[in-house]
Amino acid sequence: MNLTLQFIPYSEIEGLSSIGRIRKILNIAKENKIVLLEGRLRKEEETELIKTTMEEINDEFKGIELAIIDNSSKNPDLLSRFKKGLANLLIGNRQGLTIIGPANIVKEIKKDPNKIELLANSGSLKKKKKKTTRRKKK
Amino acid sequence: MISFLKKFTSKVFSNLFRRKKNLKIGLYGPPNGGKTTLANRICQDWLGEDMGSVSNIAHETREITVKEKIVVKQGKRELSFNLADTPGIATKIDYEDFMKKGMSAKNSKTRAKEATKGIIESIKWLDEMDVVIIVLDSTIDPYSQVNLTIIGNLAARKIPVLVVGNKIDLKKAKLKKIQNAFPQYEIVGISAKKGKNMDKFYESLFVVSR
Repeated sequence: MNLTLQFIPYSEIEGLSSIGRIRKILNIAKENKIVLLEGRLRKEEETELIKTTMEEINDEFKGIELAIIDNSSKNPDLLSRFKKGLANLLIGNRQGLTIIGPANIVKEIKKDPNKIELLANSGSLKKKKKKTTRRKKK
Repeated sequence: MISFLKKFTSKVFSNLFRRKKNLKIGLYGPPNGGKTTLANRICQDWLGEDMGSVSNIAHETREITVKEKIVVKQGKRELSFNLADTPGIATKIDYEDFMKKGMSAKNSKTRAKEATKGIIESIKWLDEMDVVIIVLDSTIDPYSQVNLTIIGNLAARKIPVLVVGNKIDLKKAKLKKIQNAFPQYEIVGISAKKGKNMDKFYESLFVVSR
């Protein structure tokens, strides 16, 4: 069973438009790779990612599993919020990690404050493997 | 000049009150949380009729349905709004899941296609809402990224949110988990199917709609 994880540093998406960022992530996920993105997308981009995913669902691509780990404090004081807001404005939201996996490979991502569990969809992987083998025989 | 000023002020005030009186309230959340059951409960309570059909198979609601001019009364207070029941938001849709529930391949594919369109519409409509009721199944882990993304998005848009933990009549219900997941929001535990705790729900609806 082969699982490919592709890391995307924030610097690779910071210069892109919202559409560009979503496109980049989705293109990798559609290659059956799990995306590990440094930081997170903007709130509206996260929703847009779900919307764009829905637009592209077909018999092959069944959607994505998404999880965001953000280690920033849940109840920050005013100064911390100001600092975070300013940092986000200047250098983007590099805090945390965004995990995006194609639904045919990642069955579920279970989140816990300290750990993340990624449940792989082994049945689909086997099917995929079989298909590739048949193509090789031809 | 005086008559112009009178007309102008009356127009401004009437618009202000019209905006407040004709709120658009949207029911959002993951599939099978009980959005349509809650919509039906609200419509039965105040209009004496149902709003949509309910099913155990996910994505039963695949189009946004709107019921206009619902007036909720509590003592001397009145809340008038248009209620939008939206398709459940998900990040993946597999037609094979519908086939496992006994649907034919053709119907499953059609349902999956309609469900994806429904989710796109739901997201597009988020901007139109004055208040959003997030309906969560209190027997399911609330820490899903879809829930967090929708609520985070609403917070960014400054849209008032009421989080509802539905299905509290079931043994597996854990309302505390929802309260821990979203401590910044008022959480109301209800059973839309059994009509449990609806008074508290309407009371909270008045509070968030102010």
